[in-house]
Amino acid sequence: MKALQNLFDSIKPNFEKGGKWEKFHTLYEGHRTIAFAPDLITKSKGAQIKDATDLKRVMITVVIAMIPALLFGILNIGHQHFIASGEEATLVDKAIFGALSVLPILIVSYAVGLATEFTFCVIRNHPVSEGYLVSGMLIALVMPPYIPLWQVALATIFAVVIGKEVFGGTGMNILNVAMTARAFLYFAYPAQISGDQVWTYLGDKTAVDGFSGATALGVAYNASIDGAPVVDALNSHNASFGADFSFFNMFMGWIPGSIGETSTLMALIGAVILVATGVASWKIIVGGFGGAYVMGLVMNALAVNEYMAMPAHYHLVMGGLAFGVVFMATDPVSAAQTEVGKWIYGIMIGVLTVIIRVTNPAYPEGIMLAVLFMNVMAPLIDYYVVKANKTRRLQRATV
Amino acid sequence: MSKIVKLKKGFDLKLVGKAPLETANLAAATTFAIKPTDFPGIQRPKVLVNEGDTVKAGTPILIDKAMDQVIYAAPVSGEIVEVKRGEKRKLLEIKILADQTITHENFGKIDLNQDRDALALKLASTGVWPNIIQRPFGIVANPADTPKAIFISAFDTHPLAPDFGYTLKGEEKYFQAGIDALAKLTKGKVHLNVDGSKPVPAVFSGVKNAQINQFSGPHPAGNVGTQIHHLDPINKGEIAWTVSPVGVVQIGKAVLEGVYDASKMIALTGSELTKTGYVKTYVGANVSSFVKGNLNSGHVRVISGNVLTGEKLNLDGFLGFYHNQITVIPEGDYEEFLGWLKPSSSKLSFHKAIGMLSFLNKGEFKVDTNTHGEERPFVVTGVFEKVMPMDILPTYLFKAIVAEDFDEMEELGLYELVEEDVALCEFVDPSKNDLQELVRHGIELLMYS
Repeated sequence: MKALQNLFDSIKPNFEKGGKWEKFHTLYEGHRTIAFAPDLITKSKGAQIKDATDLKRVMITVVIAMIPALLFGILNIGHQHFIASGEEATLVDKAIFGALSVLPILIVSYAVGLATEFTFCVIRNHPVSEGYLVSGMLIALVMPPYIPLWQVALATIFAVVIGKEVFGGTGMNILNVAMTARAFLYFAYPAQISGDQVWTYLGDKTAVDGFSGATALGVAYNASIDGAPVVDALNSHNASFGADFSFFNMFMGWIPGSIGETSTLMALIGAVILVATGVASWKIIVGGFGGAYVMGLVMNALAVNEYMAMPAHYHLVMGGLAFGVVFMATDPVSAAQTEVGKWIYGIMIGVLTVIIRVTNPAYPEGIMLAVLFMNVMAPLIDYYVVKANKTRRLQRATV
Repeated sequence: MSKIVKLKKGFDLKLVGKAPLETANLAAATTFAIKPTDFPGIQRPKVLVNEGDTVKAGTPILIDKAMDQVIYAAPVSGEIVEVKRGEKRKLLEIKILADQTITHENFGKIDLNQDRDALALKLASTGVWPNIIQRPFGIVANPADTPKAIFISAFDTHPLAPDFGYTLKGEEKYFQAGIDALAKLTKGKVHLNVDGSKPVPAVFSGVKNAQINQFSGPHPAGNVGTQIHHLDPINKGEIAWTVSPVGVVQIGKAVLEGVYDASKMIALTGSELTKTGYVKTYVGANVSSFVKGNLNSGHVRVISGNVLTGEKLNLDGFLGFYHNQITVIPEGDYEEFLGWLKPSSSKLSFHKAIGMLSFLNKGEFKVDTNTHGEERPFVVTGVFEKVMPMDILPTYLFKAIVAEDFDEMEELGLYELVEEDVALCEFVDPSKNDLQELVRHGIELLMYS
């Protein structure tokens, strides 16, 4: 490692004040601190020691928590492909096929996102922050497998610039960066991120007869229009191919959808990692699932159509709810920041997701809009929680 | 009515280098210094002596022209060897070379039955007064004020902190006299807060004229700021005073003996000291005789006080006025390959993020001064709240100070805090912000504008 240290030392003068690449010193620091934890020491006054955990470690924890969802997503993309094309395939075939369609998206997301981030670091002269480690992975995981790479790149640039850097960079953003990317695509290029055709990557193959590429949410909505019980429709969908939307299949994630969002199980594994490591707020996660379930029950009680009558627990495994609640809603920067606020914020995300899904046919996927809406509302929630704290202090003074 | 408070929030740092309850056999310090920088409230310090003057213990050597009733006295008798100034003639240290045997100024025993204001002025003229700290702001108290209550924390939960039951053994008489004097100065109560998880040391158990409360839980249960919050919190416009037990004993000695006796027993702690233990010395002692020849390695940081709230000293620096402890730990100016990623159970962390396994390690930790990361904006939320056992929203308060929003600072409770109350927040912050400095900045904004 001494060699690497020496290499850094040897190029260091170029990045110091007066060096020829002086402007790029934040990039130099950024790379050096990834290779080596820096040799900074505490100031002479104040805490003389600091905790061994830094933001890099917090962020990498989130990335690791997403890896089960990524790996499952890769496998599932292949699985869905071979079902649609009617071919027999081994697990290895599926994994290779999935990797070939997912990795380019992941690479584009990281490469374009980091390039944008670095550009801003140089222009604004602020240190390279770790936030994009998480955002880059998230953006890839919420993309459909059949998305043109230039759209990924465009959405990434939009999310990093408009979602984050204009507010001052990591820690200052109002909206979740990855959700911003997805929302951008959803409204700018709806053809590539909604409907029945985009969730299964066919390549140059054609789908076998009778195969439908619809998502569970789409099937549920259509069943409701036809007046058929939703659960029956889900169970019979693509049943002849062994790819029905049974509760178990949806929980496991063997269904079409965005790369990382299909498996409730993998999201829950991620949730366990995030909560056990204390990185994400369990209040938001529990609130999100609880809010969706309770709202599902309310819908059942008020049911006027088949979708509203769908058993409430189905909401928890359909679409991207689990993924969104675990990985998107818990983003500490865009979530509510007070402990009471986190409960309200989480519950409202669950509630809104179900309302949007069931009552608004234009937006079958409610979690994206629910998270973005609550991102905007989070400061308002916190405002009242903080005000309550101030009021307690004021009342104490008069007693 | 004494109160029993059990706290859950907080974090105990278990470090290598605890001082055993015995005297360390080391050479005595020979020079001593008063450092105006130890007193954050001093506005216009004025030196009353010149280099070459001889002084006795208790001779006034410094005053604050903004509050000249309070004198800062020589802790020992001897010769003024240097008045050290820094940039812009800022007064840094007044150094005294001590006599072999210390002689004291004698100002006569203090009658506690006199008028309250007269008593306060008398105490202010003896050299013991700077032990009395005013809240809000954490500055030396003004004798003209009458506080709503006086708070004494009888135990220190900071890392490797000295055991007052040991250092104040046998001082019962003086401690009681100090309490009696303080009780005269307030219109409210004197609160003596003891550690509820241990037997109460003899010096505190029989104390009269004070309300004895029990606190238990992890650090900062022993911080007087935490205790005030749970007993009688400070609101805007109110004043409370705090005194350390060591200060109470000094006040008691002034009352009963009529002298300023600045002797105190301090703990020598930390992983880099060969010999740890306690030594008897005086306020402002030069630390070189305690650390030179007593180090395990060459590259160390000597800290006056503890690792959370202390101050870095040179090898021949002087103990801070309020400090009862020296801690010596390794300096941390090294790079570590993938240090942010490597799993470790030997690096101390409050967090459990991937690879941080210190929560599984029940032993003692060896820590150094490395920051383990660069400064970042606030990102992670809910962490400060876990180590702050008060009804205060730390993140919002810190942001209010950054934004210099005076109303917010007041409303969010800055009057209740001084640096040491946010020291744990500063330690656990993954974004590595210097929060104690920030809180002092906020306090100065409230004080001076």
